Amino acid sequence: MTETADPVFTEVRRIIAQQAMMEPERITLDSTPDGLGLDSLALVEIVFAIEESFDISVPYNANDPNASDFDISTVGAAAQAVRRLLAEKGS
Amino acid sequence: MRRVVVTGFGVVSSLGVGREAFLEGLREGRSGIGPIQLIPTEGLATNFAAEARDFRGEEHFSRSDIALFDRVTQMALYAAAEAMAQSGLELGEAQQLRAATVIGTSMGGQHTQDDNYRLVYGEGKTRVHPFIVPRLMANAPASQISIKYGLKGPAWSVSTACASSNHAIGQAFHLIRSGGADMAATGGAESGLTYGVLKAWEGLRVMARDACRPFSRNRSGMVQGEGAAVLILEELEAAKARGAEILAEILGFGMTSDASDIVQPSLDGAARAIRAALADARLSPEAIQHVNAHGTATQANDRTECAALRAALGPAAEALSVTSTKSMHGHCIGGAGALEAAATIMALRDGIIAPTINYEEPDPDCDLDIVTNVAREAKISAALSNSFAFGGLNAVLALRRWEGV
Repeated sequence: MTETADPVFTEVRRIIAQQAMMEPERITLDSTPDGLGLDSLALVEIVFAIEESFDISVPYNANDPNASDFDISTVGAAAQAVRRLLAEKGS
Repeated sequence: MRRVVVTGFGVVSSLGVGREAFLEGLREGRSGIGPIQLIPTEGLATNFAAEARDFRGEEHFSRSDIALFDRVTQMALYAAAEAMAQSGLELGEAQQLRAATVIGTSMGGQHTQDDNYRLVYGEGKTRVHPFIVPRLMANAPASQISIKYGLKGPAWSVSTACASSNHAIGQAFHLIRSGGADMAATGGAESGLTYGVLKAWEGLRVMARDACRPFSRNRSGMVQGEGAAVLILEELEAAKARGAEILAEILGFGMTSDASDIVQPSLDGAARAIRAALADARLSPEAIQHVNAHGTATQANDRTECAALRAALGPAAEALSVTSTKSMHGHCIGGAGALEAAATIMALRDGIIAPTINYEEPDPDCDLDIVTNVAREAKISAALSNSFAFGGLNAVLALRRWEGV
């Protein structure tokens, strides 16, 4: 299965697309929050929506996003971080 | 001395969405009070209120706006938009720096608070939406109006329970008069018809059994309402210079504290506030022809208020017309004074005094000239609008009909 057909990526992309108010298909693995016009408040909403959708707890701190243990620098990185959290939850 | 005039106002109330619906309801003596429809009432002792039933936020705001706007902010923004449009103001950069925002609200974003307390305490949810804080904070209505219109001067929220709006309008008036700003969006908003807030009012045992009947001997208490009104105030010369239509002049504002009891009103505190408003307006008691009363329809308020009017105005009190529009739009708490200022502007400008509806039996302790049940036509040159809050905080505005000079 290619990464873009992966259900985690599809759901993360759907959530981000809703915040960015654009078609999900226009969002790629390499899309960045800045590139999508997402501000800090939108990122916090995305993290909340991810937590609700996957029933996980995301270690994201808006004070210093780079220091968070959740990489949201690209959409692909965010999907990968969700997969890791799901694996940790399952173990 | 700088003078301050009203050049626009907007209203959301149980009488309908918008200024015209509100004023038409007042003229018709229509009640906005009815069965509660917007929340489940199971478990509530009182199942009627003055809900702004026709106001649906999703008709006026986008999904992403609503994520940040509690219902109280939605109402305040709607009223501000209507007021700004009526004023015709288009602020340049320099004017924005001299523009103030002063908005009263007693309780802020109560729907947000109620919904999310239910989620975490009632349903055991472990996380809430990220915007709960900016949604429920009491200054959200003031801040969102300031953001929307680029009002970059002094901005703050006022919370003095039922007097919040009058304190807000009065402070905005003083600010412009003293040169601290040239215009202001001011007024108030309240949307506290939630399960939690209604339970709290139930506890106090001051809620009416059937209807809101201010000054009527068979009254049984107050009826909760929700709504918002925003007024645009401008310095007179600036308003004239741009050819604005002037709706009324604000002449004076008086505020006092009872410094006595947390809920029982005080004749002395109320009378001192009325006198302070007259002194600030440089008006004699005889100059006042009309009072939009606080008139909550509790025995304690109505009797104390009538006695305070007599104490402050002397024989001139006998010639006044007095009305309580709360009988129609309910007690909108932190928004009350702003809705009532709008009703007072109608009395001054159109010569139509909104009635005190549901009035059935004269009360010898409230034997002033109450405008009962149907609107009255009268030429009014100057009027007072009273607000007396829990906590003993009193705020009275004096307004004048605009005669062109």
